[in-house]
Parts: sequence; C-alpha cells; structure tokens
Amino acid sequence: MTHEPAAPRDRAQFPTSGAGFDRYEAVIGLEVHAEMLTASKIFCGCSATFGAPPNHNTCPVCLGMPGVLPVLNRRVVEFAVRAGLATQCRIAPRSRWARKNYFYPDLPKGYQISQYELPICEGGYVDIEVDGATKRVRLTRIHMEEDTGKNIHDAHGDASLVDFNRSGVPLLEIVSEPDMATPAEAGAYLRTLRTLVQYLGICDGNMEEGSFRCDANVSVRSRGATSLGVKAEVKNMNSFRAVEKAIAYEIARHVRTLEEGGTILQETRLWDADREETRSMRSKEYAHDYRYFPEPDLPPLLVSEEFVEAVRRTLPELPDARRARFVRDLGLPPYDAEVLTSRRDLADYFEEVVRAHANAKAASNWVMGEVLRLVKERKLDAALTITDWPVAAARLGELIALIDEGAISGKIAKTVFEEVVATSAAPRAIVAAKGLTQVSDEGPILAAIEQVLSANADKVVEYRGGKDKLFGFFVGQVMKATGGKANPPLVNRLLAEKLKN
Amino acid sequence: MTALLHELSIAEAAARLRRGELSAVELTRAALARIAATEPSFHSFITVTEEAALAAARDADTHLRTGTAPSGLTGIPVAVKDVIATAGVRTTAGSRILDGFVPPYDATVTARLKAAGAVIVGKANCDEFAMGSSNENSAYGPARNPWDLGRVPGGSSGGSATAVAAGQALASLGTDTGGSIRLPASYCGVVGLKPTYGRVSRYGVIAYASSLDQVGPVARDVSDCALVLSVIAGYDARDSTSVDRPVPDCAAGLTAGARGLRVAIPREYFVEGMQPEVEHAVRAAVDTLSGLGAAAREVSLPHTEYAVGAYYIIATAEASSNLARYDGIRYGLRTTVDGGLLDMYRHTRAAGFGAEVKRRIMLGTYALSSGYYDAYYLKAQKVRTLIRRDFERVFADTDVIVTPVAPTTAFRLGEKVADPLQMYLSDIFTISVNLAGLPAISLPCGFDASGMPIGLQIVGPPFGEEVVLRAARAYEEATDWQRRRPPEPALCPPQPTGSRA
Repeated sequence: MTHEPAAPRDRAQFPTSGAGFDRYEAVIGLEVHAEMLTASKIFCGCSATFGAPPNHNTCPVCLGMPGVLPVLNRRVVEFAVRAGLATQCRIAPRSRWARKNYFYPDLPKGYQISQYELPICEGGYVDIEVDGATKRVRLTRIHMEEDTGKNIHDAHGDASLVDFNRSGVPLLEIVSEPDMATPAEAGAYLRTLRTLVQYLGICDGNMEEGSFRCDANVSVRSRGATSLGVKAEVKNMNSFRAVEKAIAYEIARHVRTLEEGGTILQETRLWDADREETRSMRSKEYAHDYRYFPEPDLPPLLVSEEFVEAVRRTLPELPDARRARFVRDLGLPPYDAEVLTSRRDLADYFEEVVRAHANAKAASNWVMGEVLRLVKERKLDAALTITDWPVAAARLGELIALIDEGAISGKIAKTVFEEVVATSAAPRAIVAAKGLTQVSDEGPILAAIEQVLSANADKVVEYRGGKDKLFGFFVGQVMKATGGKANPPLVNRLLAEKLKN
Repeated sequence: MTALLHELSIAEAAARLRRGELSAVELTRAALARIAATEPSFHSFITVTEEAALAAARDADTHLRTGTAPSGLTGIPVAVKDVIATAGVRTTAGSRILDGFVPPYDATVTARLKAAGAVIVGKANCDEFAMGSSNENSAYGPARNPWDLGRVPGGSSGGSATAVAAGQALASLGTDTGGSIRLPASYCGVVGLKPTYGRVSRYGVIAYASSLDQVGPVARDVSDCALVLSVIAGYDARDSTSVDRPVPDCAAGLTAGARGLRVAIPREYFVEGMQPEVEHAVRAAVDTLSGLGAAAREVSLPHTEYAVGAYYIIATAEASSNLARYDGIRYGLRTTVDGGLLDMYRHTRAAGFGAEVKRRIMLGTYALSSGYYDAYYLKAQKVRTLIRRDFERVFADTDVIVTPVAPTTAFRLGEKVADPLQMYLSDIFTISVNLAGLPAISLPCGFDASGMPIGLQIVGPPFGEEVVLRAARAYEEATDWQRRRPPEPALCPPQPTGSRA
C-alpha cells in the first residue's frame, strides 16, 4: 500500500495564543502502551520479536483456537514490577486478570486479557523538566495486557488480511493522571517515560514501529476552574512531534468550539498526520461496552515481597539519578549530563571513557561531538543498545590522555581520532607510527617562525603597523610549517615575542 | 464371544488382554461393529474414527505382547466427548459453527488417554457447546436413551453416557459444568464422575464456563471410573487452574468399604414435585449405606435454592465471552454476505449457533453489561461463595453428602424443549457442586416403574475423589443395579456411521 503524501492544504489555523486562550487552561492525561522486550509472548511460548513473516510467530494459544488456555510468562510480571519500582508505584501483592470483550478481526479470542479492577502497579509518578522547571506527573496505574494482531487492508483487492504475530505480545499500559497542561509537558513526559523504559530494558521505545504508543486525553476548562471539561481521546500518533501537534490541535479546537458557544463531545478522535488534524471516529463499531469481568482461566496474580525485592536489586541507576551524579560528581554542565544520560548505553559508554582517563569534560566534548556525529551518520542509534561504537571507549580515553599529557594538540587529535575510527588502532601507536608527537622544543619552532616571518616580511610590517588580526595568519603559517605538530601555546608565546622585537 | 465383548467392564477386558485371550484389535473391531450396528438407534457419536482406532489398537497389541502396556486402559475402546480437542479429528462441540473444524492439537486429556494406550473410537455426541440437559441441543441430532429410545439420554454429555450404556465403548470422557456428566450417567444407568475443579486439565477442552467446566469419566462401574480418572487427572502446566497436587491411587482405596463413613443427607435436595420413586430409591440407598456401617444424618445446605439462579448468571456470562471467538474469521463456519464486517459477524453467528446457545450468550452479555454487572454477576459470585461455605460447614464433620442426581428420571424427547426453565431445573441437584468446585459421582440406585434408571449422587470435599469413589464402590458392591443392561435395540444391518475425519 503506497500513499502519495498529501499536499499541505489550506486549513483552519489554530493559534495557541490570542483571542480567548488566556481564559482557558488545558488538562492532559496520557495512556502509553509499551511493548515489552520479552523473548516470548505473554501467554504462550511464541517468539515476541518484531519482523517475522506474517503469522509465523503463532500457535493455537495466540490464535485463540477453541479450548486453549493462557499461561502467564513470569518475565512479564518482572518487567511490570521493574516499571512500577522505577516510578515509585505501589506493587500490588495480589492483582487480577480481566477480560475486555469486543469484536475485531485482530482480536482472536473476542476478548483481550488485561487488568482492570486490580492492576499490578498503582500510584507513583514521573518527574519531567520543561523550560528548566521540574514538574511531577502522577501515575494512576501500570498494568499488563496482551497486544492484538494487525489488520492489513487494501493489499489484496477487497479482502483484508490479519497478521497475528503481534497477538499476545506483552504490553505495559501506563496511565497518567491528567497532570499536564501543555503539549510541551506532554512531550517531555513521553520522552522521559521512553528513556525510562529503555533504561529498564523493558521496551525499545520505538514510536514509528508502534512498540511505544500513546493516546492522549485532552480537555480544556476556564483558567482556575476545579472541575474538568469534557475530554476527547486522541489516538494514532506515531511520533513525539505528532503527539504534541495533535494535543495542540485539540486544545485549539476545544477553545474555539467553546468560544463559539458550542459544546465538546466526549469522543475518540484520530490524528491524521498528513492533514495535521484530528477526526472523529464516530462509528457504531467503536461504541463499546467492554463488559470487563475477572479472567476465569488465570488465578489471581500473587507477587511476593521477596520477588519485588529481587527485582529491585536488578534495577539500573535511573536517568534522573545518573544525571544528577554526572553534574555533582563529574562536574558536567547540566546540558551535557542531560544529553549523555538520554540513553543508558550512551551514559555507560561515556563513563567507560572517563574510567580510561579521568577528564569528564573532555570526554563529554568528544562523546557529544565526534562520537555522536558518527553514531547519527551511521544510524547506530536505531538499535536499543549500541554495541558497535565507532571508537572503543578505552581508545577514546587514551586519545584524551595524549592531549592532556601535551603529547598531541587538539587539532592533531582529530586526525588521530579519524585514524582510530578507520583502523581501530591504539592512539599512542598511531601517534608514534606517524610521528605526530607534538613539538614542544623551542628550537624547531623558532626556526619555523624565522622562516615564516622572513617569507612574509611585508605582512610583518603591516602587523607592526597595527594590523593585529594578522597574528592568526602567522600562527597558521607556523603550524603549517611544522606539520601541525607544534605546541600551539608555545607557538603563540614565541611568535608574540618575535613580532614584538 | 464377540457378541459379548461389548458387555465387558474395563477390568474384565484388560485381564483378557493381558492374558492374551483377546487382542486390542479384536476388542476394537467388536466395538466398531457394535457402533455400526447400533448408531442408527442411539446416535452416540458425531464422528467415528475407525482407522485411527484400529491403528491405536495395533499399537496397543504390540505393547500388550511385549509386556510394555502403559496402563490398565491399554487397548480399551473409549469415546471422547466432542468438546474435547483431538488432533487431526474433527471437533465440533456439537455446533454447526465448528463443523469441519479439525484441531491441530490434542487436549491434555486426549493426550493422556493416548499415552495410556487407550483406543479412541470416536467423538461423542453432546449438546451444543455443552449447553443443555437433554442432548437435544446438538446440531447433529440428539443421542437417544438406550433404555427407551423415545427418551433423552440427558445432557450435555449425552453421547458419552449412551456409548457406554449401549456397549459402544467401555468408557468415555464427558465434561460437567452444571451436571453434564452426572445427569446423563443417571438417565442412562451408568457411572459418571465429576472431579474437583482443578483436578483434571481443561487444556484443549472447548470452554463453556471456564470456572465451572471439568472433564470426567463415564464407565459401567465405579472401579472403571477410578481407573480412567487416574489416567486423566493431575497437574498440567498448560492449564493455570489445574492444581499441582498428587493424584491419590483411587483404585487402592476402593475396597475400604462404607464402615465408619459419615454420610450427610441435605434436606433441601428432597423437593416438592420430585418423582416419588427417585426419593424412595435415594433414601433406600442411604439405608443400604447405613446397613454397611455408615453413619447417616440429615443436614442443611441453606443456600441451595439460589444455586440455579447464580449458575445461569455465572455460566452464561463466561460463555458469552468464551464463545466470542467463533466469529468466522479464522476457522469454522463463515457465511458470505454482502456488507461489512459486522454483517459477516452477525450472519455467521446467526447461522452457526443454535437457539439455546444464542439464549445463553444473550443472558450472559446482559449480565455483564455496564450498569448491570453489580446486580447480576457480582451478586451471583457472592451467592457462589455462600454455597461453597454451606458445603465447607457440612464437610467439617462429614465424609460424603448423598443426594439424588435429578428430580426425575429421563424425560421424553421434545418434552421440555419449549420450556427452557423446566429444562434448567433438571440440574437443580447437580449445579451447586460445580459452583463449589467439588467432586461428585452419579451411579445407579434403582429403576422407576417405566424401567428408567435412577441416579444416586455422592459428593465429597475438595480433592476428596478417593472417599467419593470408596463410598460409591461400597454401595455398588452391595447392590446389582449396575449389572442391568438396557434392552437390545432392533438391530439394523451395519452401515457407515457418522463421518470419518
């Protein structure tokens, strides 16, 4: 199925400020579905990995054949507890499975096994940062459920096909309280949550592939009011930008509707990424009464304190704590700490560089600069965990050490870096083999200076006549004459002395 | 000799097989011949599996010859209710919506029968999705009571009971959700056991009401029942509601007699309007047990009158969800219509389900609906708890509870079809046992003036199969009801029976 991207059309422009807006405030809550990175599905032994040929990862259980029964994958519970602990939730010692009943071809049993009255995690919160301020977004609950299959339309004439590979892949549903007020806060919450689940190793956080999905509940009310306005649920956003845009669109639509004397309908709306607008799903097919009831095929889920504590011991240092430590113990600027802790693998890599050579700021500059440039160029960040870094952390540490020792200049270091990337050889070996060691003896540098000054006598006159800017030219010429190996501070000092005379 | 083979008990047949006086192939051929000759009268089977049976019999003979027979069931022809999945053999659940459905998997009980060397001769007739008390709800036409072809065999495991009563198989498997093993066993004068909920795996058993369904044996006498139970019982990792608890050697305890047994007679089980001969026979059975040294006393199970109401809420609620998977998308019937997805669902389910199944789906859907859940489903669950407590109180100082199986003997075909409520009342003495999850047996305790068998129900505490079988065996030994055989039907020349899968 291919679609021409729809050309941007004229559409009502929704400003986010101006007439009426200052009288309203938005109330936003998000429901996130995170596909868990377990090896097998939630209730059967089929592989839960993405990308197999259609209906390859299926068995009678995840196809909903008659008489088959679900058997819970323990790992799913472990992942849910991990998520709950990382967000300060209460972990229920006893929770229940429930059936959510509705008909759809991608739902093979006619019901989804989920949790309803007694979820595994309740309470908890996520702290987000927006414009330098910290805000706490409370979590209502986190529960486990099974994913559905996928309908494929339009590929085979008037027939629709169903791929059940995804059927039974474990999901975490993370429901926030309506604690956000702007699209930016919603975006920050989502990004924070994604980083968190990636740190925990329980979800790859890929919104485009649908392994990290978000529905938004949006309403507006008069600024300062305590009761909530009528909400719309918005679905079908497959990027962070789309979530922010869809929420902004909805807020504007609500404000304009109210300003024009209209009423907001409680409904589900779909985000259309091409038209950048939401549309009502006003179809009888979606007027659901899910008829939840306790799942009789699964006993209540009992989670012991020992289990919870065992899971707690496996928790990695979480992004907030790590960021704070980078600032506090390593003296990094907050911005560097933020970037470096945005991925667990990146933060791990950075710390390995620092372990090889203790210069955190230099390590940060190299990692955020040269290393991330190559990572992006090579699209290595598509993987949940980068393993094939362009430069081994130990090599990068050694390179920074060479600079700090004065053995090479920062400029030569760039050349050595490229050489390490190309050959994986050790920086010291490269410097030795190529004779790149920095020249810090005054003799050869003075010789080079003499040579440059005599070859550019006219410019020397100009400089002495007040054209200070030429100093940089002379430095460049001296560096060139020494093959870039001259110690730059020394060159500066000696050159300044010579020109003064 | 062949003419008598169908009258053997498992114990007798197994002894002859072991001694080499009889081969499994001979015994199986005799059963298949009996089926061919009598099916036009009884219609016990939806599918007869002649070839697979003979192949299994040949395997059994190999084992018997080499002394490697895995169990006392090796080489014994058995029937399996058609709600139980049999790999490669059509499994319809008595419904048109599963006509032609051939599961690629065995139910755990099927696999255990096969592993024990049993010879499955066919799939026994039953009410559609095990919903019914007369077998008249089978989409493949009702089985008929061997004692009077004008009467129903009881349901829903009608074919499982008639096959054993008519000598078409030496034993069978049925399922019991509200009395579906015990009622037909009673109506057909054979022995049927509903085990404790969780004693036997439900994996591969097409679900009617998941929290009530249980597989159990039907056989000619108590010892045979105990033998089949020992083969199918025990923990199964594929059924999370099966209980990990050792299965006692029921056969060993069978001969312990009734002396010292504390027997309770609940007064609520002798109601106005019940057939006087039934009450008389059951009270006489209690006297027999007393004569054998048991101590009988009257007790009260005060919430009995609410059992039928609670059952028809819980069972139908679960059924409405369990039967949602029959949507025509992946297997079974699909009617082709112009129109959308909803039309396909509607037409398929309208054409595929019978009237009683539709009635129960509607009842259950209603009971779970938003706004009615608390008043119906939740209330019914509370009643269920009260009923369970009634039994707990009695079993605190009681070994077994003795009651009639049903208020009357087998009624006439068509007699109650137009009056579902009358039909539902056939199960008033069996339903409480399912709600409480208890083990209970039905065995013959007399005949009425029309020559129809009367059934005695013996109920035990949870996982008390041993004491139930012991009491039943003691009674059986003291009487000869189980030795009576139904009259021979007017035999037709052998002809193909059922369709072969």
